[in-house]
Parts: sequence; structure tokens; C-alpha cells
Amino acid sequence: MKRAARFVIFYAGLFGLWTLLAELKIWPPYLFPPPWSVGQALYDGFKDHTYWIAIYVSMQRVLIGYLISVVLGMILGLGVASNQFLEETMGGLLVSLQSLPSICWWPLALLWFGLNQNAILFVVIMGSLLSVTLAMEDGRKQMPKIFSMAGRNLGARGFKLFWYVLLPASLPFIVSGLKQGWAFAWRSLITAEMLYLSLGLGQVLMMGRDLNDMSAVLAVMILIIAIGYVVDGLVFKSMERHLQHKWGLTQTT
Amino acid sequence: MSTNTQSFPSQLPIPGGHIPSDRPERGSARSGGSKGNAGPATAVLPAHTFAPQIAKVGLKDICLSYKTQTGERLLALDHINLQVKPGEFLCIVGPSGCGKSTLLHLIAGLHQQTSGQVLVDGHPVQGTGTDRILIFQEHGLFPWLKVGENVEFGMKMKGVSKAEREEKTAYYLRLVHLAKFKDSYIHQLSGGMRQRVAIARALATEPDVLLMDEPFAALDAQTRDLLHDELERIWSETGRTIIFVTHNVREAIRLGDRVVLLTFRPGRVKNEFPVELPRPRVLEDVDVARAAREILDELREEINRSLEAEYNEGIKPHVEVGAEQ
Repeated sequence: MKRAARFVIFYAGLFGLWTLLAELKIWPPYLFPPPWSVGQALYDGFKDHTYWIAIYVSMQRVLIGYLISVVLGMILGLGVASNQFLEETMGGLLVSLQSLPSICWWPLALLWFGLNQNAILFVVIMGSLLSVTLAMEDGRKQMPKIFSMAGRNLGARGFKLFWYVLLPASLPFIVSGLKQGWAFAWRSLITAEMLYLSLGLGQVLMMGRDLNDMSAVLAVMILIIAIGYVVDGLVFKSMERHLQHKWGLTQTT
Repeated sequence: MSTNTQSFPSQLPIPGGHIPSDRPERGSARSGGSKGNAGPATAVLPAHTFAPQIAKVGLKDICLSYKTQTGERLLALDHINLQVKPGEFLCIVGPSGCGKSTLLHLIAGLHQQTSGQVLVDGHPVQGTGTDRILIFQEHGLFPWLKVGENVEFGMKMKGVSKAEREEKTAYYLRLVHLAKFKDSYIHQLSGGMRQRVAIARALATEPDVLLMDEPFAALDAQTRDLLHDELERIWSETGRTIIFVTHNVREAIRLGDRVVLLTFRPGRVKNEFPVELPRPRVLEDVDVARAAREILDELREEINRSLEAEYNEGIKPHVEVGAEQ
């Protein structure tokens, strides 16, 4: 209850401050619109289906890209963690590649794939692949060795060992990496969409700029934040809770 | 096995391998689980036709050496020769660092010996196999699976049908008195219950040989006593061959038909002691204590050697070979 109260007070304050600054008209309304005009922009955007389409298109892209990078990242990470040669060579490369912002792959993707959907997907994959790979590598190393021994002892081999033992055993160690990978994928997607007529949220955001419509710009920014937050809360938080409950990692359950 | 071990003539190639004459009747009660696919051929043929020649588990000149972190080669196991009879309860004791756990890992196929052979029913084995299941000191149960799912794991890997898996899971959970906990998660159980689940999980794959690596070392004394009774009962009901590693000599006497003492690094077979006390034995019994003393005296020499080694060379990194993947 107290927490909810703090929550309400904080956001009411933020809202009040925004309204106050807008009403003082220090800046012109087309640069600093009041909250209700952003609300109106949100309403209009959903009403003429622009936002629905944008959300649908963006979510589809990010899901495909993210799933591909999770599968690839797990295979790569497992390979790096279980092979000393790969670890010594590719391990360092992967860490150094992480300092490259994913949008830097955009020119390369354009030349390889042309100006289309695949180029965007490529950037999304490159954005989250490294997080997932490094998390998987780390998870495989942190995972108690006894699980893999017990699994082999009970007759699990090859793919079965990976699917029934190594993967579930490393999940608690990689869930934060998966979460980070999702955040990177989402960011990379929006960035790439801003650079290309793509129907996605990124393009709608740029459209607001092109039309000099600050309310629409803010409305789309709010949407992008909200989607990122909801996925984090719905998917990853509940996954973490579920794992903690199963493994007995919390005392409160 | 429906064989009665008492019928084995003692011409087995085992020094001092006597069989206690007053062991409780066992083997016949193995009813539920097996459907003929599991047990060795001895389940069908009379034991005496070939049992005297072929040991259940044979270790032939097992040597293991490995590189330490400083780069020198260390001999961990030195020409280990052992024969384990079908249905025998063999205990292996030795000071820490003698390679007794590693020896179990070799038999389980989790690790490869440098030279020598592991034989099961006279045939050399390569890699892991569900005919030899290892029970770890830290149970090694899967926390992401429920108790029942843990028990059926080995059968699932084997491709046993769901109906059969369920039936056997229920049977083995009843055997360890945990039928009510089928749907619990591992972290909800006590240490003793976890170790019982581990035993049920191992038995459910219907192995011929049960390898136990100090399974009760982390438990409190009361729980351990209870599990000793249970293990003995399960052993007599299922007729499995058990190789049990412990550093506790009394525990070895309490459970074993025979106790093998290993030397400190490199691990060699120092001596073997047949245990002919009537079962069930009690850990605190005078006879158990007396039998333990003889072994303890010899074990103490090895412990002293291990202490000397530590004082002289500084404490060496304790590289447990078997702990590697």
C-alpha cells in the first residue's frame, strides 16, 4: 500500500510539473506540448490504426530477430564455454565486439541485404546476439558441474544432454542475459526503423519529427518505453519468479 | 537377481572374500520394477554356472595420472585390481586424496583411466552406461524438476514409455518412502529425503551396479543411521551390487560385506577386510567398533602419510580429477 502511494505521488508530481511548465508557456506549445495534447495524439494514432500497425510490425520483427539471436547465442555460448580453443580465440573477440553499437552494422547490412526487412533483422540480431552468447557462456561455466555429470550418468547424451540438462540447469544464470539481450534487440530495432521507411514504431517516431508534431513524437516515445517495460515485466519478471520458486532461491515462496 | 549369493563358492579370485553366512535372505522380494529387461543374465540362469569365473565389476590394473597446475604429472591411482561379486556390498575407505571418489567416476565412465580396464560382467566398458549409476555426495538432483520427474529422468533418456515410467516412479518412490512427495520440488525436501530421492532415481534406471560416493557424509547422525537401515533393506530387496565409498570406517563396517582400504596418493589397494558380522548391524555396536579398529590402525598410517606430505610439500592444490567434466 505504501509502495503504491509513493508510486502515485511520484507520477502525479511529474504530471503536475509537466502541466505547470507547459502552462507557463516558457517554450512554445509546438516544442513543449501539454500532457493532454500528447494524450490526444495517442488517441488519434490508435484510432486511425497507425500505432496498431506500427506496434504489430515492430513486435513481429523484434520477436523474429530476438528468437534467432537466442538460438544462435545459446549454441555459440555453449561452444565457447566448452571448447578451450574457442574460448581463448573467440571469447576475446566477442567481448570486444560488444563495444560496437549495433547500429554500426546498418551500413554493412544495407550493402549485404539491400534496403529491406532483412537488413533490419540483421541489426536486431547483432544487437542482442552478443549479450545472449556471453550470458550463455557465463551460465555454462557457473552451472554446477554435478548436473552435467549426473545427466550423463543417467544416460543423457548429445542433444538430450543439452536440452534436458544443460539448458534448464543454466537458465537461472542466463535469465538476466536474456533480459539484457531483449533490451538490446528492442533498442536496435527502433534505431534501425528510424533510418528506413519501415512502418514500424521507429518510422512513426520519425514521421512525427517530419510533420513537426511534437505531441506525436512524445506519444510514440511513451509507446516504445511502455512496450519495453511491459515485456520486461510480463515475460522476464515472471520467468525469474518461476525459476526462483522452482529452485528455491527465495525464502518468501 | 533371484540368485542367492550364499551359493557362490568362495573360489572367487578375491583375497579374503568370505561371504557372511547369516545374511538375511534377499533377492526374492524384487517384485515391482523390473520387467525382465534390466537384470543381468544371472537372473535367468543358475548362478553357479558362471558366476564363479565372472565378477560383476572387475578392475584390471587401473592407473590414472594427471597434470597438476604446476605442470608435473601426478599418479592418482596405481594399478588398482578389484573383483566385485554380483550382489556384493563393497565398501572402499581411504584418506582424503587417495582417489576413491575418482575410482567411482572411472567405473561410472565419467572419466577415463590412463591405463587398465573396467570390466562389467567380464566385458570392458567405455563411457557412461545406465548399468552403472553413481550417487553423488551432494545428491546431484535436478532442482528444475519435481521429485517424480527426477526419478523418471533416466528412464526418459532411455526412451521408456510414459505409462511404464509412471508405474516405476511410483514403485521406487514407495521403496524409499517418499511416495507423498512426488510433486514436490527438491529444495522443499530435507537433506536425508534428497539423498533418498537420489537413491530412487538411481534405482529407477535399474542398474546392475550402484556406485555411492560418500552419499551420507553431509547428513546428521540420526538421518544417516536411518538411511543405513533403508539402504540395507533396499539392497536386500533389489539385490543390486553396491560399491560404496566413504571415509568413515564404521560406516563401511556397518554396511559392507567387504571393506577395501586404499593408500594415500597414489591410491593402491592396501588391504581387504571381509566383514562377517551378522546383519543388521548397529553403528555403535561393540563388534562393529572392534572390527573398525583393525582397519582404523592401518588407515591412520595413511592419514599420517597424507599429513606428512602436506607439511613437507606445503599444501598442494587438491585437484579432484573426477570433478572435471
